[in-house]
Amino acid sequence: MESFFHTDPLTLLAILGMGVATYVTRISGLLLVRFVDLKGRTRAALEAVPVAVLMAVIAPTVLATGPAETGAAIITMLAAFRLPLLGVVAVGVVSVAVLRAALGML
Amino acid sequence: MTISSNTDLRPNDFADGLRAIAPLVVAAFPIALVFGALAAQKGLSPFETMLMSSVVFAGGSQFVAVDFWADPVPWVAITISALLVNIRHVLMSASLGTKTHQMGFGKQLIAFGFLADEIWALSEHRARKQDASFAFMMGLAMPFYINWVVMTGVGSSLGTLLANLDPAKWGFDFAFPAIFIGLIMGFWQGQKTGIILAASGLAAIACKALVPGAWYIAAGAAAGVLVAAILTDPEAVEG
Repeated sequence: MESFFHTDPLTLLAILGMGVATYVTRISGLLLVRFVDLKGRTRAALEAVPVAVLMAVIAPTVLATGPAETGAAIITMLAAFRLPLLGVVAVGVVSVAVLRAALGML
Repeated sequence: MTISSNTDLRPNDFADGLRAIAPLVVAAFPIALVFGALAAQKGLSPFETMLMSSVVFAGGSQFVAVDFWADPVPWVAITISALLVNIRHVLMSASLGTKTHQMGFGKQLIAFGFLADEIWALSEHRARKQDASFAFMMGLAMPFYINWVVMTGVGSSLGTLLANLDPAKWGFDFAFPAIFIGLIMGFWQGQKTGIILAASGLAAIACKALVPGAWYIAAGAAAGVLVAAILTDPEAVEG
């Protein structure tokens, strides 16, 4: 059990630093919108945040990894027109697994 | 806002949150195991791994930190990298913050501590049609959080046994892009959305190709947001 609980001060410091940094980023936007008057371009910019962030996170994976990922992304997009979110996830996972296997065999 | 504060206590909202997050808990399972195994290889004990998962609760920055973990631990560099990797949360919390006033600032400070990408995205999705309440966000956060802390600990304990586990083999790694694609389509509002997506995607890919590290997310998000601000007719959205 000794190795299970093994730790040292620098590791604890790093974990604490990461935790504080992460929490600060997660609430600073909250503070920002409390004190900034939102209208005009600022408001339009904020309304674009969801799509802009979501796209930025996935773009390298779905557009610049390989044909299997890009193909699966297109299939997933089409599925999203018809299926609920759970179905969309299932279609994405299955289609990327099948495409990777199929392209791997070529 | 005069929506009664007892909306926070609706049990249905909590159950809705549990239902919405369920598939992502399953998908996060192998990813948490892999994180634990990687941390073990870098010399972190299971206790340290679980402590990090419970205090930080941000997969992306945890993977980055473990990647350049060394002895002695470069804690300043690790803290700065967590700040950079998570800088997108500033935009995310600003956006969701305007849609969750009704829960009150105190509860926002608690709920937003759990603002992992998946929890944020599902909350934004919910807020489009109804109230993303405190109960709903807790329904999302609790299972995801417990799963992350426990399974990274299990992965760390099993350590090298899991070195060959590859989430990509079964397509589990694609669950997160898939749900993000589904959510993007939910936000679709015509041509303008397409232009924002193009700007964000191109900037992210270009930045990832040119700059090492996780800057691409901030770059893509900034490009998309800027384009949206430029495209807007300020008169039209006033008020």
